[in-house]
Amino acid sequence: MRKCSLTALDALFAKMAESAALYLPVDGDDGRAHYAQWQEGLHLSDALNTVRSAKDFFFPQTENLMAFKVNGKTIEIIDTRTEADDFIVFGVRACDVRSFDILDTVFLAEPADSYYANRRAHGVIISLACTRPAETCFCSTFGIDASTPAGDVVCWKTDDALYMEAKTEKGSALMAALADLTEECDTDAVKAQQATTKERMAKLPLADLTADKFGGGKTMEFFSDPAWATLSEACLGCGTCTFVCPTCQCYDIKDFDTGHGVTRLRCWDSCMYSDFTKMAHGNPRLTQVERFRQRFMHKLVYYPENNGGVFGCVGCGRCLTRCPISMNIVKVMKNLGGDAK
Amino acid sequence: MQVTEYKPKIVAFCCNWCSYAGADLAGNNRLNYPDNIKIIRVPCSCRVNPMFILRAFQRGADGVILCGCHPGDCHYTSGNYYTRRRMALLFSMLSYLGIEKERTRVEWVSAAEGAKFAATMNEFSAQVAALGENKRLEDLRCKP
Amino acid sequence: MQTVTRDMLVSRAKALLADGTVDRVLGWKAGEFTYDVTPGVFTDADAMEKEFVYGDFCGANFSKYLLTEARKTEKKVLVFLKPCDTYSFNQLLTEHRFDREKVYAIGIPCDGMLDIHKIRTLSAEGVTGIDTDGESVTVHTLYDGDKTVARADALAERCVNCKSKKHVAYDELLGEDGEIIDSARFDEVAAIEKMTPDERFAFWQDALSRCIRCNACRDVCPACTCEKCVFDNPNSGVENKSPANSFEEQMFHIIRAFHVAGRCTDCGECSRVCPQHIPLHLLNRKFIKDIDEFYGEYQAGEKVGSRAPLVDFMTGDLEPSEAVKRGETNA
Repeated sequence: MRKCSLTALDALFAKMAESAALYLPVDGDDGRAHYAQWQEGLHLSDALNTVRSAKDFFFPQTENLMAFKVNGKTIEIIDTRTEADDFIVFGVRACDVRSFDILDTVFLAEPADSYYANRRAHGVIISLACTRPAETCFCSTFGIDASTPAGDVVCWKTDDALYMEAKTEKGSALMAALADLTEECDTDAVKAQQATTKERMAKLPLADLTADKFGGGKTMEFFSDPAWATLSEACLGCGTCTFVCPTCQCYDIKDFDTGHGVTRLRCWDSCMYSDFTKMAHGNPRLTQVERFRQRFMHKLVYYPENNGGVFGCVGCGRCLTRCPISMNIVKVMKNLGGDAK
Repeated sequence: MQVTEYKPKIVAFCCNWCSYAGADLAGNNRLNYPDNIKIIRVPCSCRVNPMFILRAFQRGADGVILCGCHPGDCHYTSGNYYTRRRMALLFSMLSYLGIEKERTRVEWVSAAEGAKFAATMNEFSAQVAALGENKRLEDLRCKP
Repeated sequence: MQTVTRDMLVSRAKALLADGTVDRVLGWKAGEFTYDVTPGVFTDADAMEKEFVYGDFCGANFSKYLLTEARKTEKKVLVFLKPCDTYSFNQLLTEHRFDREKVYAIGIPCDGMLDIHKIRTLSAEGVTGIDTDGESVTVHTLYDGDKTVARADALAERCVNCKSKKHVAYDELLGEDGEIIDSARFDEVAAIEKMTPDERFAFWQDALSRCIRCNACRDVCPACTCEKCVFDNPNSGVENKSPANSFEEQMFHIIRAFHVAGRCTDCGECSRVCPQHIPLHLLNRKFIKDIDEFYGEYQAGEKVGSRAPLVDFMTGDLEPSEAVKRGETNA
């Protein structure tokens, strides 16, 4: 383990930014944290997490897949892919780091999504351990330890220093480049922080939330639950929960007529929308009840069923703070299966 | 060295009953107006909804002008009165968003006013040309 | 703190359920924390006793829910309306969007609703509980103990600029009715009008570029009641889920605001729900301000059946060229 004094943090960021674009959470004018590319004068936010998740770096909301150009009777197909440059995402929390595993399972399974794979190959993730988890956090429900995140390099920020440990080859390479600015150290401070964070985690209001009753093979148990109707009755059908979610991975492909050709775009889609998975006859999920059910069943039952029991939620709590009507996965988990709180 | 003069692209929505006939008259009278004005005939100026104006900009227009019958002369009695309110609010909103107000215009041109049509188009074209290309309300994908 | 209490609402609703006047009640259901209440429908007294809450975070405008709920009821649906909600209620009636006979509306006074995001910013993250009285808000936090903020500072934007404490529609009123307020709600619009075009453009680019096209502003809006929105219709040529180009955000937000111009009651739901904190009300208020100045004062929803400014005209109306000039210099 190596450490870097907080007073030297700017120098550390400058060094990282020399070789690759460095992104980190900074405080916006609206008092909330957003990822921004580091430049001289930008400071790391103290906020627990960003409004939008870090999935944007690997699976952006919109991307240009290819283009077609019409020239008389010929159509030229243009590959719009550019080999991505290396980039570093700093300050990713444990929940968001886990979300990459969930996205990987989807996008890197054969046939792998080359656009996503390309970004994963070029991105280095530097995670940051949590010290003050919020009341909306429930990552421990899904076995995530907020005090010890995964990532290429793991960081712990104390009052005076940033402790860093490389976990992968990419991480080791980066740490080697930062050797001049960091010094070898013992793990006492980190261990103390981890212990405190764990204590705090155990005292969170949602610490007792469990997903035990969900998982693969439970489709029939929950599919016809009458609670879906009451849970979804106030749902507006907007896409807020899906778009701030670090694990939602559904997308739509749209052809945009530019007047002189076609641009093919991939963009996030939301199962809450009336035109999601639209087919010749329309949307197979006729009302908001079914659309709402799809979102939560996907996270709690379908995804684990198809992926060895791993849940499709990481407990980051974004949907808890952002939903316009304050409906969210925690309320769903507590109210399904007849044992309402 | 040949220097090509910048010519703005201008879309003119013209009411079938007045302004479109006004454009016709301008032609019959051999009055010049710029060839970069692309006329789209509409049954009434009231047919033009705000989306038409925005879409014209998206597709590469540098200026959009809407011509209809003089207030009181609408073929359908009152269509242009609605147009007047609609466009007053839309143009004010565009200006509020920081889009140059000189790029949009409403002009009342009757079927007998060929000269006014030509003069308006010459003036509007020069006004938009002075602003240069539309950058604030453009869709990059639609650029050649 | 609200002057009407939960118990007053519950006992009145229970009485109306019991005497058969209503068979459905629109109300608020308790969440995990103080602030995360969810709108819901109650059909029996037991459920109300168990789950019904009312307090400083019950800001959702129920008017739009009447579109679906009024169709489901056999008798009437009971709805509680804050003063600002009654304007939306009237506007929807003006547009014949629900059957008035199917609704029993109880007007409730409102002392302004609180904004949890403001509270977090003012106090601390990790809010476990909130107590309020008339003047201050006590916030219980996970790590910073109890924090106190002034109630006035924690009010939602739309409540700071509240336009009316007077109910314009109800079957029955709980508590006292208030007055129409001479609010400063157009000040921010005027401030933007005073900027140079470049500054205005920069301001809106910054705000609109944050848009993630979640459509929450549209979906929550009581004036947005089209069965099928043009932006959801693949045949419209403008449907797009992706904010692929800055033009799309401009287009979406201009058209969204324009479509409700003259019908928007300025209830402020659009800004309340925006996950990206875009000041959407400033677009709607610009239209309201322009309408007031160009065509005379008009408050949508004040009276049922009033003719909206965009479906009306005067022969001597302002020319669009004049309107733009006024909009810029009038500030």
